[in-house]
Amino acid sequence: MIYQNSKTILEVRGLRATVNGIEILKGLDFTVKSGEVHAIMGPNGSGKSTFAKVLAGHSAYEVTAGQVLFEGRDLFAMAPEERARAGVFLAFQYPIEIPGVANSQFLRLSYNTVQAQRGKEELDPLEFDDFVREKMKLLDMNPDFLDRSVNEGFSGGEKKRNEILQMALLEPSLAILDETDSGLDIDALRVVSQGVNQLITPDNAVVLVTHYQRLLNYIVPDFVHVMDAGRIIKTGGKALALELEERGYDWLSDEHQAASETRAAELTL
Amino acid sequence: MSALLKNLVNQPYKHGFVTDIESDVAPKGLGEATIRMISAKKDEPAWLLEFRLKSYQAWLQMKEPVWPNVHYPKIDFQAISYYAAPRQKPKLKSIDEVDPELLRTFEKLGVPLHERMALAGVAVDVIFDSVSVATTYKHKLAEVGIIFCSMSEAVLQHPELVKKYLGSVVPTGDNYYAALNSAVFTDGSFCFIPKGVKCPMDLSTYFRINTEESGQFERTLIIAEEGASVSYLEGCTAPAFSSNQLHAAVVELVALDNADIKYSTVQNWYAGDENGVGGIYNFVTKRGLAKGVNSRISWTQVETGSAITWKYPSVVLRGDNSVGEFYSVAVTNHLQQADTGTKMIHLGKNTRSTIVSKGISAGRSNNSYRGLVKIAPTAAGARNYSQCDSMLIGDQSGANTFPYIQVRNSTAQVEHEASTSKIGEDQLFYFAQRGIGAEAAVSMIINGFCKDVFQQLPMEFAVEATKLLGFKLEGSVG
Repeated sequence: MIYQNSKTILEVRGLRATVNGIEILKGLDFTVKSGEVHAIMGPNGSGKSTFAKVLAGHSAYEVTAGQVLFEGRDLFAMAPEERARAGVFLAFQYPIEIPGVANSQFLRLSYNTVQAQRGKEELDPLEFDDFVREKMKLLDMNPDFLDRSVNEGFSGGEKKRNEILQMALLEPSLAILDETDSGLDIDALRVVSQGVNQLITPDNAVVLVTHYQRLLNYIVPDFVHVMDAGRIIKTGGKALALELEERGYDWLSDEHQAASETRAAELTL
Repeated sequence: MSALLKNLVNQPYKHGFVTDIESDVAPKGLGEATIRMISAKKDEPAWLLEFRLKSYQAWLQMKEPVWPNVHYPKIDFQAISYYAAPRQKPKLKSIDEVDPELLRTFEKLGVPLHERMALAGVAVDVIFDSVSVATTYKHKLAEVGIIFCSMSEAVLQHPELVKKYLGSVVPTGDNYYAALNSAVFTDGSFCFIPKGVKCPMDLSTYFRINTEESGQFERTLIIAEEGASVSYLEGCTAPAFSSNQLHAAVVELVALDNADIKYSTVQNWYAGDENGVGGIYNFVTKRGLAKGVNSRISWTQVETGSAITWKYPSVVLRGDNSVGEFYSVAVTNHLQQADTGTKMIHLGKNTRSTIVSKGISAGRSNNSYRGLVKIAPTAAGARNYSQCDSMLIGDQSGANTFPYIQVRNSTAQVEHEASTSKIGEDQLFYFAQRGIGAEAAVSMIINGFCKDVFQQLPMEFAVEATKLLGFKLEGSVG
């Protein structure tokens, strides 16, 4: 939802980033305000997931230019765990398995670490158990998965639910959902989307990274951005997603290409 | 390996200090004269000198084993001093007569020797270089008939027991280092639990090597008679020297009918620095004989130290229905090498054994599990379950599993499971993205990985082991 007096949560200016020396993000500008839902779409290899990981601070990516402010703070001055504690959340496309570590233990440590940072009360194992079971109802999850190792042997759908459960526990001000819809059947997609919708408030913001418009039927975005070759080449409303589904991405890339050629030609003149 | 991981594994060794104390150190070198000197210093009976000399002759005929997956320059056995002892009053009547410098040393190591300050419910025998300097709660244990003292004292006070059991589980010519130990052992702990007695407290030995050029060759013997039970703990540390010290111990356990021995070790010998300079060569033979029916021997070890570890705590399951267990966590970092595991020799009917081994390798270290499960033709209905898991931290460490399985009875059941996992950047990134820093993340992953073994440790040891591991691996991840 777009609000009148919303505050800026994320401001990205001229962001460039490389992986193994290859430039993936090539001057990206992007602004998110509280209460808003943004969708970033684009063809494979356009840099969507890279953008998500750069914001979260994955060490494989090197930021070469640009600035990112998160609630007015320099995001790149913060270590990945500091970003998480400050309220940046990434729901992973492929959540990693951690054998031997019980999910309940992991969730509680994560929750308590973030709570401590916010000066809020930490929960002991019993209190946490009640608390997390309540949150799990939101996502229609079986309580026995608290005793299983983190993501180990989880189905694709269970892993994605576990990600959204963590979002529900940590209450981030910025949640980036990286292809949360991939690997979900239609029932699971509905449950996960409903879960996300219940977590959206006027004070936080959600960025959905997705290939497909079907997710956007459930979580309705205020803005749809199209990424191509490391830049956002078009921004529109929900209608843009429908148009993309109908026409694909090529027309946009061509249009963008033509436009930049025209610009380049004008500049040389 | 990222800087983060590196810092996590590379924590300094906190027991690396040297105690400045006047010591009697024998001249370097090994020969019959050395052995006679050790024996004379201890006023030993003739049969024991005989035992030593026979072992020495056997050792001379033997070759250093080359099959372990470890590499080190050839040891010069003539460059080692075989006896080092702090100079003190000849006979100690009470703990108050122990050199205050020694008391301070052990307090610093977390092993206070005054009984009023001692760990509640744990009796400790303390070995400093070649000799036992103190044994706590000795008299209290004697009230229920338990003998707990240094090996030297046992030889003089209970020669019939020592003579009967010494070398009965690990014969003098068993292997190269056991033969060497049998020739030159200096001290160690002796423990005898008579028929029907459940030991009312945990017994423990704390080993400390202090002298730079000495070796430590201790000998431990634990006997549990019919229906007796005991839980035994062993801890070890050494100063950080740039040279290598040899530690070649022999531990023998004997369990008679329905007896139960649980032996736990937290081994934290100095491991050398990050370039592999210095550290202890830990070449140890530990074996238990589950001699009686329904007897049970359980080894639990947490191996974090030593430049090289070569050690296979084993159980010979002779009594029908006897049980052997081996639970192990072996952690290597920097250039440490470990080749460790167990042997379960099933002789009796319906004998059962369980092996749970967890190897963690960080830095450029190499960590091997080597284990033998042998089912003799006589062992009808024998069962074994083995589980060997390896975890790699960073990308320059190695893990190996060498399981040997020999089954000669068709009614036996043997199961072996193995896995290898890795703490990688992506796992740590996942933790970080949930607000959890690398140190807490590694500690959580490692504790999860080792959970099955830590559960077997007595409470104080479990806490100690968890801390030690966290400490050891701090800085290894990143």
